[in-house]
Amino acid sequence: MANRLHRLGRSEAANGLVLVSPPAIFAVLLLAAPLGLLFLYSFLTDGYLTILWEFTFQNYRDAWSDPLVRTVMLRSLGVSMMVTAITVLLAFPVAYFVSFHVRPDRKSLWLFLITIPFWTSYLIRVFLWKVILGYNGVLNSGLLGLGLIDEPLTFILYNVNAVVITLAHAYAPFAILPIFVALEKIDRSLLEAGRDLGESDLMTFWRVTLPLSMSGVVAAVLIVFIPTIGDYVTPQLVGGPEGRMVANIIHLQYLRLDNYPAGSAIAVSAMVMVTAISLLFLFLNRRFLRGRK
Amino acid sequence: MKRPIIELENVQKYYGDYHALRGITTTIGEGEFFSLLGPSGCGKTTLLRTIAGFEDPSSGVLKIDGKDMDGVPANVRPTNMVFQSYAIFPHLTVEENVGFGLRRDPRSAADKARAVQEHLEMVGLKGYGKRAAHALSGGQRQRVALARALILKPKVLLLDEPLSALDKKMREQMQVELIRLQRQVGITFILVTHDQEEALVMSDRIAVMFEGQIAQLDDPETLYRLPKSRQVADFIGTMNFLPAQVLSETPDGFEVEVAGLGRAALTARQAPGRPTGDVAVGFRPETLTILYEGQQAADRESPGIVEEVVYYGDMTYYDVKLDGVAAPVRLSMRNVFGRPVLDRGTRTRVAWAPGALVLFR
Ligand SMILES: Nc1ncnc2c1ncn2[C@@H]1O[C@H](COP(=O)(O)OP(=O)(O)OP(=O)(O)O)[C@@H](O)[C@H]1O
Ligand SMILES: [Mg+2]
Repeated sequence: MANRLHRLGRSEAANGLVLVSPPAIFAVLLLAAPLGLLFLYSFLTDGYLTILWEFTFQNYRDAWSDPLVRTVMLRSLGVSMMVTAITVLLAFPVAYFVSFHVRPDRKSLWLFLITIPFWTSYLIRVFLWKVILGYNGVLNSGLLGLGLIDEPLTFILYNVNAVVITLAHAYAPFAILPIFVALEKIDRSLLEAGRDLGESDLMTFWRVTLPLSMSGVVAAVLIVFIPTIGDYVTPQLVGGPEGRMVANIIHLQYLRLDNYPAGSAIAVSAMVMVTAISLLFLFLNRRFLRGRK
Repeated sequence: MKRPIIELENVQKYYGDYHALRGITTTIGEGEFFSLLGPSGCGKTTLLRTIAGFEDPSSGVLKIDGKDMDGVPANVRPTNMVFQSYAIFPHLTVEENVGFGLRRDPRSAADKARAVQEHLEMVGLKGYGKRAAHALSGGQRQRVALARALILKPKVLLLDEPLSALDKKMREQMQVELIRLQRQVGITFILVTHDQEEALVMSDRIAVMFEGQIAQLDDPETLYRLPKSRQVADFIGTMNFLPAQVLSETPDGFEVEVAGLGRAALTARQAPGRPTGDVAVGFRPETLTILYEGQQAADRESPGIVEEVVYYGDMTYYDVKLDGVAAPVRLSMRNVFGRPVLDRGTRTRVAWAPGALVLFR
């Protein structure tokens, strides 16, 4: 036993553990601890400016019975589903084009170009969308100037549409990259085999390329869906009152009303919802892949 | 000659400036086991892919079963391919791979499933149907690829170095199995290989390719015994070359003077190639025999000295320097019981026959 411990102590695994432990501790402190705290708060009682150490489910009951919270929660869900669908549907052809139709020595250049908009900060990009979509914005002046519209379009800013457009743009590369990677990994001779076995290009895409790129699509969906549901900046800046999302009311609870337990309960509810939907998605995806083979 | 199934007429292929196929003209018969043999980069795969429809020839005519294939895409050609990487669909099971091409087959699902089972059995994968394809060994993938192609009953099966990824033992076993399968299904097989032994073992006819051209197309034995050029002779097995001089030439044959061997009369058949001006005589290692004490040559003999001995168990290879020749010639002797292996430096006599010589002019 001692001998084995001794060996373990000198093994590569032990060396590895020693090496990763500082960042691991760091990660625990930065991620797990706040999460734990959040979870804890959500079961405590709000005492206005303090928190009472009284265990309760009341925060959840309040959150789920409040129509505003429910509306905003559903809206967040709807917005992020829409953003996910739009982003992934638009990202797939881009990734496909770069993977299959760009010369190999130009691919990295293309990926580089795709990331260029992300050299400016997220905040600035959101503001830029505001400039583009606003009442006197680039889009409206342009369309007015061209005589295509008589008065500025108002359905594109300070509502859900603006949030969807801005978020879809913000997350585009995060969707393109995993799909691109999955497409790159597909052995090109598989596509030739598909054609050789009598299938057209389209059917080969459907039966070979698409199922084999599913891992990338799934990654893209999760990467876009999970963070957008909790996005704060975009709805705050371009969403207007009808575009408010769950992060905005959490913010309201925490910083304006100073009600940490209520905010935490909403935050935990949102997390549970995201987790449940992601798992459901993964499950359905697996079923779909198995079903269509 | 059997009915032609593939006809190639002056097929050319350019990749940009690179001239990959330089006028391929040949006919491949129905039910033939045909091999494309040549060194890396000679255009074997290009030719195979042209037949399959993955490459368009820059010019020339390709007919399959009498029909011009110009503009006919790969998915409707009556050919199927076994890819070098096997190209087994990793997201499907073995069964689903084998049945992949049956989607538009009008037969009922049960009939198709039966066909899949039959073909799995044919390639020796009975009971493997439900396995995930990505969990198979190289040899098993190979079999799946074969079954997947054969189930579609193609007129021509194209195989691009199907055995190169297997170890030696597996390769030899698969060679035999491929021959058996080909006889069983009676389909034309076109095999690409750079392994001359594999081509000799398996083929009815072999096209030896160099730099986008067919250098020689013959049955294995003719190819081995009567190579048309030194390049072909070198590529197929081992061949010794000795400098020679043509003393006289008649319609029936040649009188030659060969360094180390002396004068010999050769028939016209023994000079299969076109004259190039570089005269030499070639012969295979097994056409020479070492003469032991008291043995007499049946035909001719020449003296020499053993320079190198390579012992192989069943065979011994000797490099013998014939008197009057600078470079040694290689000969092989079967190690029959009671025949001693000679030491280096032994003086010896070598028996040979003029009929086994090939003249390159
Ligand atoms: N798509 C392509 N673009 C440009 N050149 C190519 C292309 N495909 C093949 N070539 C060139 O054509 C030549 C013949 O290639 P091919 O693949 O037919 O050779 P091969 O005889 O099959 O060789 P190997 O035994 O190495 O597989 C090579 O020099 C290769 O570099
Ligand atoms: Mg090749």
